[in-house]
Amino acid sequence: MSILVGRDTRLVVQGITGREGEFHSRAMLEYGTNIVAGVTPNKGGQRVLDDRVAVFDTVAEAVRQTGANTSCIYVPAAGAPDAILEAAGAGIATIFCITEGIPSLDMLKAVAVVGAAGARLIGPNCPGATSPGRAKVGIIPGSVHREGGVGVVSRSGTLTYEAVQAMTDAGIGQSTCVGIGGDPIIGTTFLDILKLFAADSETDAIVLIGEIGGSAEEEAAAWAADNLRGVPMAAFIAGRTAPEGRRMGHAGAIISGGSGTAADKITALEAAGIRVAGSPTEIPAILRAAGYRA
Amino acid sequence: MKIQEADAKSLLLEQGLPVPAWEVVRSVEDARHAAERAFAGGALLVVVKAQVLVGGRGKAGGVKVAADADAAEAAARAILAIEIKGIPVRKLLVGPAADIVREYYLGAILDRVSRRIVVMASAEGGVEIEEVARVNPAAIHRLEAHPHLGLLDWQARQLAFAVGLGGAHLRDFVGIAKGLVTTMLVNDADLVEVNPLAVVREVGADGTVVERLACLDAKITLDDSALFRHPALESLRDLDEEDPVDRQAREEGINFIKLDGSIGCMVNGAGLAMTTMDLVKRAGGEPANFLDIGGGARADKVAAAMRLILADPQVTAILVNIFGGITRGDEVVLGLIEARAVQAREVPMVVRIVGTNAAEAAALLEANHFATAASLDEAAAKAVAAAQAVAAAAGR
Repeated sequence: MSILVGRDTRLVVQGITGREGEFHSRAMLEYGTNIVAGVTPNKGGQRVLDDRVAVFDTVAEAVRQTGANTSCIYVPAAGAPDAILEAAGAGIATIFCITEGIPSLDMLKAVAVVGAAGARLIGPNCPGATSPGRAKVGIIPGSVHREGGVGVVSRSGTLTYEAVQAMTDAGIGQSTCVGIGGDPIIGTTFLDILKLFAADSETDAIVLIGEIGGSAEEEAAAWAADNLRGVPMAAFIAGRTAPEGRRMGHAGAIISGGSGTAADKITALEAAGIRVAGSPTEIPAILRAAGYRA
Repeated sequence: MKIQEADAKSLLLEQGLPVPAWEVVRSVEDARHAAERAFAGGALLVVVKAQVLVGGRGKAGGVKVAADADAAEAAARAILAIEIKGIPVRKLLVGPAADIVREYYLGAILDRVSRRIVVMASAEGGVEIEEVARVNPAAIHRLEAHPHLGLLDWQARQLAFAVGLGGAHLRDFVGIAKGLVTTMLVNDADLVEVNPLAVVREVGADGTVVERLACLDAKITLDDSALFRHPALESLRDLDEEDPVDRQAREEGINFIKLDGSIGCMVNGAGLAMTTMDLVKRAGGEPANFLDIGGGARADKVAAAMRLILADPQVTAILVNIFGGITRGDEVVLGLIEARAVQAREVPMVVRIVGTNAAEAAALLEANHFATAASLDEAAAKAVAAAQAVAAAAGR
């Protein structure tokens, strides 16, 4: 069944006529994602991507005409919060925001509105999600994947590709890979995704890829200890060598006041019975040792 | 972005919060004149405070109270001569010293767990709030402000009563607490802290003694991602305290953080960049830096990143790790070739490129005689070995 994206995904791409939007929409189409519409204000009526996708002025119009149920946002930071709110207002159920560099207070406000609308927001500053063999939404290269039963959730982009490639190379496929984003304020947390994986009949094992900053990994570990006993799991935490008080690229990757360290997160995960890999290449062996048979 | 106390106080003043008068000076002479003006205005004591972006000023001798202009001058001379956590003091805040009756803490932060603005108040003010949180967490009262509505009056009153500032100070406290959250909202701050917020004793013109609330210190951290819509706040960036290398990286649009090791790292993506550092350490080396060239970097950005790495004299080996998604591997190699053609010194380099256009990258790397590695683990091991060989040759 996979989670978040799959064969029933009907995708609208917000910002489809921009450089990033067009590039990645093409890659998504090639992967087999069902892109039903694009949205760019004042470009409604155009067709893009070799005439394969119709552009609408508003998300509401795209939903009315095409039945879009999922959105992917490539709008620049200044306009991205509005794009999120527009998608929620149009009744989109699952909103992916790829955009990096959105002000935190804008996200605070957007998350409150999206939650009240009953929609789910993934990101921002995330690479999206792929359900191998079914659909990909976002920017994760399709080539790293293999169909299988491991759910992957990560705060990072390229680190996820690295870890997923290592799994694929070892013959371990994925049900869905989700990047939840590297910002301090994000719509969907590790814990939210773990709950979705736990309820997914096609996910038999879970890989969690975290990094320094915040306490989302600790919360996920505590929940997993109570609810995912018996599910093979592996984890990786980036930033063991990160200094305190500096933002390590991602706005959310910062150790402050001694909290949010890699050591804290590793301790919490291992206390929950989840082994933490020293390198992404060790993830396949840890999954197998935890009882996973691909 | 952190801003200086004096700038933070200006932002509080803009929202109508009560902040005692101050001047910012850069010399002993100007400090004396500022103190003289404060005494002429009726101050019994003046305070001289170092303006640096690090905490622990008081303990480091960066805050002094003076009873006359000579003492203020001596205090200024002493403080301008010290470094606080490695930062030389270049600026001083000089103003009338408050007659403090009691100190409180009041702060607002963006809380990533609740995804709300959390407002905190405590009757244990004037000390580090992290210390209060550790020793007596029950002394900190917290509540969530709605991101659209801000702090509501009843919430502010609840905090006032919790810290014992009902009665005569209730109305002022409500105004200050709400103003704190407004300061956060209008300036896109991550953190606004007044510590101490104090009840101070003042003698009026008619000789009557009154007690009122005043914001005696202020700390504000601005959201870097929001500075694009606050050009005036960008000018508060303290270039004196910004490392020249950090400034160069910021201007090039490269995420760069200097560390103490010998192995320079160039990576695309923040999580992978941290992982690369971690694997260098695991292989027995020490990373010299965190460096994320970002997504879709072109050759010129790669060359700029290489200049940043080589500017660090401690760097004796370089590890380039690229997992191409948006970033094209061959484009990165072109940048490496461009950088190598003009670089001032020869440093062993190990390059590992996979993902988009990896085959084209591999051909270019081979044609130009770069040392390569297939996996990240192998790349880390090779880079560490190269750095160790350099160290051995130098007899270290």
